[in-house]
Amino acid sequence: MSKHTQQPQSVFDAALLQGALVDCFRKLDPRTLWRNPVMLCVEIASVITLITFVMSLAGANSEPAWFTGTVSLWLWLTVVFSTFAEALAEGRGKARAASLRKSRTDVTARRLDKPEFGSIYTLIGASQLRMGDYILVEASEMIAGDGDVVAGAALVNEAAVTGESAPVVRESGGDRSAVTGGTSVISSAIIVRITANPGETFLDRMIGLIEGAKRRKTPNEVALEVLLIALTLVFLLVCVNISPLSSYSVTVSGQGEPVSLTVLVALFVCLAPTTIAALLPAIGIAGMDRLFQKNVIALSGRAIEAAGDVNVLLLDKTGTITHGNREAVAFVPVGGHSEQELAEAALMASITDETPEGRSVVVLAKQKYQLSREMPPDAVTVEFSAETRLSGVDAGGQQYRKGAADSTIAFVQKLGCMVVPGDLTGVVDRIARGGATPLVVCRDCEILGVINLKDIVKAGIQERFLQLRSMGIKTVMITGDNPLTAAAIAAEAQVDDFLAQAKPEEKLRLIRDYQEQGFMVAMTGDGTNDAPALAQADVAVAMNTGTQPAREAANIIDLDSNPTKLLDIVEVGKQILMPRGNLTTFSISNDVA
Amino acid sequence: MNAYEWMQTGFLFLMLLALVKPLGGFMAKVFQGERTFLSPLLAPCERLIYRVSGVEPEDEMGWQRYAGAMLLFNLTLFLALFVMLLTQHLLPLNPQQLPGFSWQLALNTAISFTTNTNWQAYSGEMAASYFTQMVGLTVHNFVSAATGIAVAIAVIRGFVRRKTSLLGNFWVDLTRCTLYILLPIAMIAALVLVSQGVIQNFSSYRTVPLVQSLSYDKLKLDASGNPLKDASGKPVTESATAREVTIPMGPVASQEAIKELGTNGGGFFNANSAHPFEHPTPHTTFIENLLILLIPGALTHTFGVMAGNSRQGWTLLGVMLFILIITFGVLQWAESSGNPMVSRLGVQSSNMEGKEVRFGLAGSNLFTVATTGTSCGAVNTMHDSLTPLGGMMPLSLILLGEIIFGGVGSGLYTMLAFAIIAVFVSGLMIGRTPEYLGKKIEVQEMWLSIVTIIVAGVMVLMLSGIAMITPQAVAAMANPGAHGLSEVFYALASMANNNGSAFAGLNANINFYNLLGSLAMTLGRYVPAIAVLAMAGSLAGKKYVPPSLGTLPTDKVPFALWLTLVILIVGALTFFPVLAMGPIAEHLTMLGGI
Repeated sequence: MSKHTQQPQSVFDAALLQGALVDCFRKLDPRTLWRNPVMLCVEIASVITLITFVMSLAGANSEPAWFTGTVSLWLWLTVVFSTFAEALAEGRGKARAASLRKSRTDVTARRLDKPEFGSIYTLIGASQLRMGDYILVEASEMIAGDGDVVAGAALVNEAAVTGESAPVVRESGGDRSAVTGGTSVISSAIIVRITANPGETFLDRMIGLIEGAKRRKTPNEVALEVLLIALTLVFLLVCVNISPLSSYSVTVSGQGEPVSLTVLVALFVCLAPTTIAALLPAIGIAGMDRLFQKNVIALSGRAIEAAGDVNVLLLDKTGTITHGNREAVAFVPVGGHSEQELAEAALMASITDETPEGRSVVVLAKQKYQLSREMPPDAVTVEFSAETRLSGVDAGGQQYRKGAADSTIAFVQKLGCMVVPGDLTGVVDRIARGGATPLVVCRDCEILGVINLKDIVKAGIQERFLQLRSMGIKTVMITGDNPLTAAAIAAEAQVDDFLAQAKPEEKLRLIRDYQEQGFMVAMTGDGTNDAPALAQADVAVAMNTGTQPAREAANIIDLDSNPTKLLDIVEVGKQILMPRGNLTTFSISNDVA
Repeated sequence: MNAYEWMQTGFLFLMLLALVKPLGGFMAKVFQGERTFLSPLLAPCERLIYRVSGVEPEDEMGWQRYAGAMLLFNLTLFLALFVMLLTQHLLPLNPQQLPGFSWQLALNTAISFTTNTNWQAYSGEMAASYFTQMVGLTVHNFVSAATGIAVAIAVIRGFVRRKTSLLGNFWVDLTRCTLYILLPIAMIAALVLVSQGVIQNFSSYRTVPLVQSLSYDKLKLDASGNPLKDASGKPVTESATAREVTIPMGPVASQEAIKELGTNGGGFFNANSAHPFEHPTPHTTFIENLLILLIPGALTHTFGVMAGNSRQGWTLLGVMLFILIITFGVLQWAESSGNPMVSRLGVQSSNMEGKEVRFGLAGSNLFTVATTGTSCGAVNTMHDSLTPLGGMMPLSLILLGEIIFGGVGSGLYTMLAFAIIAVFVSGLMIGRTPEYLGKKIEVQEMWLSIVTIIVAGVMVLMLSGIAMITPQAVAAMANPGAHGLSEVFYALASMANNNGSAFAGLNANINFYNLLGSLAMTLGRYVPAIAVLAMAGSLAGKKYVPPSLGTLPTDKVPFALWLTLVILIVGALTFFPVLAMGPIAEHLTMLGGI
């Protein structure tokens, strides 16, 4: 898996330009061009003027050659410019798929004869792994393929897939056993049973999904096209109609001469809304410039235009709706212990914990309970490990620990206390139902209570959503949380809808569903698992810290990696819509003139 | 304009505005199946009709079925009239023993009356028997009008209803429209017209002595009926004196009322509403003018009421009135300025050629814009005799697509198609989501609206081009040159837009116009009707999007102005070159005195 060093592709990549230059002439084929009827008309007009030009040269036409020649040249330029723009866009799409394939790196795996630590292994390439093979993965190694952990537990950095930098625990048994090829183990060693043949892995599936995902024209764009086609047809008829009418008038009045073919063709091209077709890219570039001032790189002008038409926003919960980190908001004692006692123990258990959650426990204990315990001199930090899944401090002969309810209960039971306070389960459930994370605190074998760790919804986000709603934009929260937690946060942030336990396929389906209903969808993402959805979304914003596939699939990249930017982008898009309208106005008033 | 003319104009529009609300509200009630003051009398009739014809009034139709029923009904009507015209000489009530129509003329006439066009390539008193006029043409005047209104009502339902595919029952809409709206008003109007001197009888034509005998040069004909020519090729004439005149009679008042009310316009007599038996007094000018504008105007209010926001209706009415009054102003100015070539001869006068003195300048001009703005096509003035720019006004009103009040029903639904395009374009311009009445405007609606508004224009452009290269069509022009172009153009525009009035100066009873005209009338009527029904079907299936900050208000003055602009721009873009070579060229020639 490549690291995130490669910059997003430049709009004017030399190789891309060359490819487009060749393609733009190939696209002159009427069979290809008929999908763009306006341009096809211009092309036919170009051919006609070319013929009249040749006729002028041969002296078979009364019009001067320079006149027919210039008209013809301009018409050809118009056509080629438009096909060139299209070829460039297509070249970019192809480059995206190619780069994704490159990201399937071929790592070496240690295939075990038996699923046991210390078993004999052979070194083979990842592509030779088959379903049912067992491989050993040690610290700082990359997992060669998708599979289940069958032995051991490890911290795994899944940033390559999810874009989340915090490592996660993967261990045998339970629902945390699945690992993905391309992620890397940070600590400990695990044995993985491969569950997917090469070509069927997560990454392959993602590539398949991305290739299947097709960004479409915005509904407004299509409707505008309808209008343009109709206008073109009418103008065509107007010009065709002028010919017999003028010859009739000339015959009757006996003066002047009928309007020539070249003039009619030129008139038609002036009238026809080619201005819009040719100038729309220019608006896009203006929009790109405006976004660049906000530290956002738009990879196509169309993306920004589409942003103006967006009416569904898919927002990642983490970072957009909530601060990325959970914060301790309350201490809930159990088993008859006092709040103060729990606060002290929680403070002790977190005093050396440098994670944002740990620091928030310290802050809460100090501010709300005026505790100011200095770190005891004999304090020994017990780091979070994949085996115990607890962290804490040993100090003054006592063991302070905090962790998930089941791990803490396991810990105290190991110390010999079989009695768990009866109200613990109730408190833990209540906190979980409220969309927060319960952390159980114990001192030695005594469970004191629960820390309520809450996802903090960003200040002012509700107002922002209200504003979006009044603009007719619907917000949908995407989260990997369970539906319960998701619902609680969704209610607090006042989003219109949410998708819990979101899998890549589900995100993609959600986007397609919305698009089928005629909505324009914008989303942000940073992981490879977001890539298919990003490729499908009309406006796809990738974080600069995101994985390469995600950035390739997106059409807008935020250099600040601030998910909230999506809201700004939509606003800029709305502003960009106006020039498009002005251009339409211009084109029409041009015709009137 | 003098005080009398101001009064004439003001009274007409005030009366119209006063009637829009009560009649529009009444029609909304009728079509929503609510009880009205006529229900005690008519509800039993209505039920009887359903029982006899086997219509299940609660059985609502999707757009395809609705359109299918509409087409089937119209096809039946067409066939009935076609056969009736061909076999007129075998049918009763034919005191003049008029022969049957030729098949081309019968085809053209049957299509013309079925499509609410009422283009007449024949002259009523010379070709149509009383039976044809009453059982054929008058019945068609009712049902073709009811067809248009029914379609408009279905389209309104498409905007109003949510998440359904049903648009109502065509047979019920048709029955209610005829029974509750057209028949009562036409009945009252016919009586009022009779009180003013419009005739209603079955007598054979009367021959009366002329007060003053008339001498004229008569073409001498040879044995085979061709004009004799002398050695230099000039026709030989002989002097003749006419001492008596034949005056056609007939059941005129009953047809006259529905002719105006249903914006049909097919005159009993060739002279149409300029004939004293159709249109005897200045009072009938007011009544007939009001009848023409009444239903199309009131339907905008019906639309507003059914849409739950009457301002939406007033906005559309405002746009219609605005353009109508502007064109009236230009026409009035052009006609009162008269012809400079005549002025140069020392005669200072407004252009009264082709006008009836009993209606006056304003009475004639008001009727002219009303009859062309709506798709009525009855005339009380010779449109061909208008000044070039004056004549451009009725022509332009027709070319705009018959939406300035427009035909009964068809005017409203075509206007709604324009409103959709206006909403869409303005949405693009100011970055608003294109929604109309809470329904999102998407690609399908755009397609269908565009089809609705350009079908007629496309046909006019194509057919006028073809006409100019067809020797038969060129030969049929009595006035070659710019004026002749205007005449051809007017004839084709009139048929394609289902108006039915004519500039004359053109022999329209030739195969070219009869057959291509039939095609133009058929496509001009049914393509938009089917397109708007399809659009209604699509809209009805959509959910309602409540207005947000991003919604463009469509019931305010800015939108009305915008809609006006869109209508004028579309019209100008399409027809400017043609207008330039017709009326404008003629006007410049007239000023230059060439």
